[in-house]
Amino acid sequence: MDVSTFRTWIAEATQLVVDNADHLTHLDAAIGDADHGINLRRGFQAAQAMLDETAPTTPGAVLTTVGRALISKTGGASGPLYGTGFRQAGKTLGEDLEVSPIQLGAALQAALAGIQQLGAAAEGDKTMVDALIPAVSAYQAVIDTGGDLPEATRAAAEAAARGLQATIGLSARKGRASYLGPRTIGHEDPGAASTVLILQALANATGPAVERAAS
Amino acid sequence: MKKLINAPDEVLLDALAGVAAAHPSLSVNVEERYITRAGGPTPGKVSLVSGGGSGHEPLHGGFVGYGMLDAAGPGEVFTSPVPDQILAATKAVNAGAGVLHIVKNYTGDVLNFQMAAELAGDEGVQVEAVVVNDDVAVENSTWTAGRRGTGATVFIEKIVGAAAERDADLATAAGLARQVNDRSRSFGVALTPCTVPAAGKPGFELGEDEIELGVGIHGEPGRTRGKLVTAREIAGIALEAIHTDMPLSGETLVMVNGLGGTPLIELYVVFAAVAEWLKGHGVTIARSLVGNYITSLEMAGCSVTVCKLTPQLTELWDAPVNTPALRWGR
Repeated sequence: MDVSTFRTWIAEATQLVVDNADHLTHLDAAIGDADHGINLRRGFQAAQAMLDETAPTTPGAVLTTVGRALISKTGGASGPLYGTGFRQAGKTLGEDLEVSPIQLGAALQAALAGIQQLGAAAEGDKTMVDALIPAVSAYQAVIDTGGDLPEATRAAAEAAARGLQATIGLSARKGRASYLGPRTIGHEDPGAASTVLILQALANATGPAVERAAS
Repeated sequence: MKKLINAPDEVLLDALAGVAAAHPSLSVNVEERYITRAGGPTPGKVSLVSGGGSGHEPLHGGFVGYGMLDAAGPGEVFTSPVPDQILAATKAVNAGAGVLHIVKNYTGDVLNFQMAAELAGDEGVQVEAVVVNDDVAVENSTWTAGRRGTGATVFIEKIVGAAAERDADLATAAGLARQVNDRSRSFGVALTPCTVPAAGKPGFELGEDEIELGVGIHGEPGRTRGKLVTAREIAGIALEAIHTDMPLSGETLVMVNGLGGTPLIELYVVFAAVAEWLKGHGVTIARSLVGNYITSLEMAGCSVTVCKLTPQLTELWDAPVNTPALRWGR
């Protein structure tokens, strides 16, 4: 994967976030404060604009630029959390021009660690982490057993989607939704839902060329 | 959605332009999104910076001025400000004695202020943060994000602002802020939901005869839903919740705060009930505030905040203040 793959990932993520902004906001209205889609759309559009403006030349720089833009423009809790995730992932990739699937796995791990360190959320708290943890594990499992990149990113996106489904039965323990406690049961977590979109975008950007052309 | 706006995405910038045009005592940096005193920072004084999502006006911008805040960083509606703007505001008002961040306890606010404080520290600005968490409607356990910051924020900004004008150092100001926070509790009730302009529809639905108990200030639903009862009963519910959490006694500072869509006459009806309840429990109202001070857009309803005073806190509360939304004694 070179810089163009990473640019495609972010472009796809921006598109998915924009297309689903109302849905994310709707999910947030049920258990939070109805701004997740609005904020994330603003953040990713700013990230896309900053990438166009600065044209970073390495995959690592693409991700750290995205992280910085998300922190600067998103607001809410999701800005610092996703921003830190992308920045940590970017730092892990260093200055390399070409990134291997193993390196991407390490970057995803670093993103997860950064998000968990900042937000202090554990699995089962009904947060973005409930989509991210299974996704990172699924990616790693495919790579460890000799699978290729498209399989690994697809597995990550699917695991994230399953993690999102599992948040429906959970009672929120972190973030603004935690004020509602048990009243959050029965609703998807908006942060987990946006994590699914970002990983879906990664799968689209790294998937088989034929599938990409068809989608 | 019926609102006096030009476009949903422009509400914050248009409102900041209005603040700038209406209040020559304030300086509004529209580009970096912060509000400071027009006269600039006072040399040698600890500066107070607060901020949070917009939609709670007059909090925080309306409390910038002599005796209260030095700067406010307004985020988008109900969305915490970003680190860059808090950092810019912090640097703009740093007068060499350090900067106190007054942060309401919401995950987003805490994270963004924390990042701003780290960046400010990297640039040599001494920052101390105080997290306000006075809302008794939220159970304070390790299983939640903790209690929300609501009405006590106004008390802290006023009282610590007064102390800062008298040359309290950063550690003293922070200690005082924590003291006021520890001695204050709030409880809110909503009669209607509210609509974030960019979202276009209400945050939750409420039946004609329903109220939401234990609401915050972001249009989020509360802990439970109940039937609409009398103002006297609502005051009782709020005060029982507060009293259970922090037994009330002695002299108090009491605020009955409108959430944005409730007329002042109803707030006075509630205040009468609050006064009656407190009297019945042997509690004295030494100071009071009735009006819209920390709102939730056009939400109808109110919050009740009680602070157990000490002679020092009363004296600082009475000290002169000169801001767009709070002004006396000068």
